[in-house]
Amino acid sequence: MKSVALHLGVLVLLVVAQFLLPSYHANNLSRILVLAVFAMGYNIAFGYSGLLSLGHALLFAAGMYGAGMLVHHAGTAALLALLIGTLAGGIMATLVGLLALRTAGVSFMIVTLMFAQVGFLTILYFNGVTGGDEGIALTAPERQFIGLDLTQDAPRFWVALVLFVIALAANLALVRSRFGRVMLAMRENEERSRMLGFNPYVVKLQILVISGLFSGAAGAAYALLFGYIGGSFASVQYSILPMLYVLLGGAATVLGPLLGAGLMFYLIDFASGLTSAYLMVVGAALVALVLFAPKGILGTIRERWLPWLP
Amino acid sequence: MLKVEGVSGGYGGALVLRDLSFQALPGEVTCIMGRNGVGKTTLLRAIMGQVRVTKGAIALDRRDLSSLPAHQVPLQGVGYVPQGRRLFGPLTVAENLEIGLMTRAKGQATLDRVLQLFPRLQERMDQTASTLSGGEQQMLAIARALCLEPKVLLLDEPTEGLQPSMIAAIREVVVGLKASGVAIVLVEQRVEAVLGMADRVAFMDHGHVAETVPRDGLTAVSSQFKHYVGV
Repeated sequence: MKSVALHLGVLVLLVVAQFLLPSYHANNLSRILVLAVFAMGYNIAFGYSGLLSLGHALLFAAGMYGAGMLVHHAGTAALLALLIGTLAGGIMATLVGLLALRTAGVSFMIVTLMFAQVGFLTILYFNGVTGGDEGIALTAPERQFIGLDLTQDAPRFWVALVLFVIALAANLALVRSRFGRVMLAMRENEERSRMLGFNPYVVKLQILVISGLFSGAAGAAYALLFGYIGGSFASVQYSILPMLYVLLGGAATVLGPLLGAGLMFYLIDFASGLTSAYLMVVGAALVALVLFAPKGILGTIRERWLPWLP
Repeated sequence: MLKVEGVSGGYGGALVLRDLSFQALPGEVTCIMGRNGVGKTTLLRAIMGQVRVTKGAIALDRRDLSSLPAHQVPLQGVGYVPQGRRLFGPLTVAENLEIGLMTRAKGQATLDRVLQLFPRLQERMDQTASTLSGGEQQMLAIARALCLEPKVLLLDEPTEGLQPSMIAAIREVVVGLKASGVAIVLVEQRVEAVLGMADRVAFMDHGHVAETVPRDGLTAVSSQFKHYVGV
């Protein structure tokens, strides 16, 4: 009950914030919501299941290009493109997982990073279709979403919010399901899970595919909402960002990705206004986090004060 | 019946088990004893498919286990409680048991039977596993393995580090399981625990079973304990 009230409260706050915030910050809020969905996908793999991937940019980019190129080159309706983009994330996760999950630990990290780099370079290589480094700007007619003009701030926020609500509900349902328990068991002790009859390879592949669907949905939504697809979204930076969001907000917490994405977004925004070496500020903040709250903000709050926090 | 016949195996190039044979019969407790490093835990891990077997056969009711992938072995009806319990610490007692029930699609009736054996766990269903006492954790580890409704239960030093009341409680559970027809393989170092639970004792030396003695043929001062275990 407390948990439901908390999540509803957060959603109400988001809606109210949209009306109260100046246009610049309201627009940022839409972006944060989409990035939070991406971070939720990462959290499912890393936070709940212990799969430390450095290749999630590829899953985000699969959704982004899956949706963006369909509306741009084939004139596909935005809603259909969003669904196909989501599926593209899942399919890409399956392909990566089939090979990468034959490894574990640091090797898994490196293999996923390599896959993401291959994706990034492939986007650059086929620049005639993908737009390469410069990317492709989607036109206003390409960004009409079931009658909503996504070039406008308000419709963009509502679509981002609906996506976030769906992802939040799916995330909550997942972690409360029997499969959610298996994910935690896999993270805690893979060998013990095997000795209870679970096939870790199959379970981890399922986890990665679910994670890929979230990441793909976020990538597709990002393309449609902000009207741009580009190779930089497949770069290693976009594999590291969701990890930072999750670490900052709290791994294996449902609202951690939103909190982490929001704080990191504004930390980067603020620091980049001060210096071109803004990543140093981000790095210092992360060192402080690891030293003083290694479980992230919500992870620490859950550990110390609110054990019921999902 | 679990039958291990002429098994050799180990880790990488190191051979730990050498032409090892023994069997565990339904409704009996077979204790494995031996000095540290003779391969007792390795034997259990080999049965579970976690250690490579290079020679010989491991079969449960004539079904070959040694050719199965490790995650398939529990599904044939082999439960394993490793040394150190290895629970899923952040999960509650109920969730740990639920995970045990999943893979062989066992339901509430199985859970009720298991909890009858461990009433103390029933009182702590919502408590996280990591906050249980050592004895309770051991009970949970055994209960979780029993959720698979195993035909054979492998227990690796289940009384290690426990207080006497907990040891007695675990002994009671083992005796109860034996009566229900489960074959139990118990790795144990404490002579009094062995004499209290075993039907037969297999003494291991240099990676193989050197001697198997019925419980009736043993007392606390039998020469085998001194020779093979050093106590």
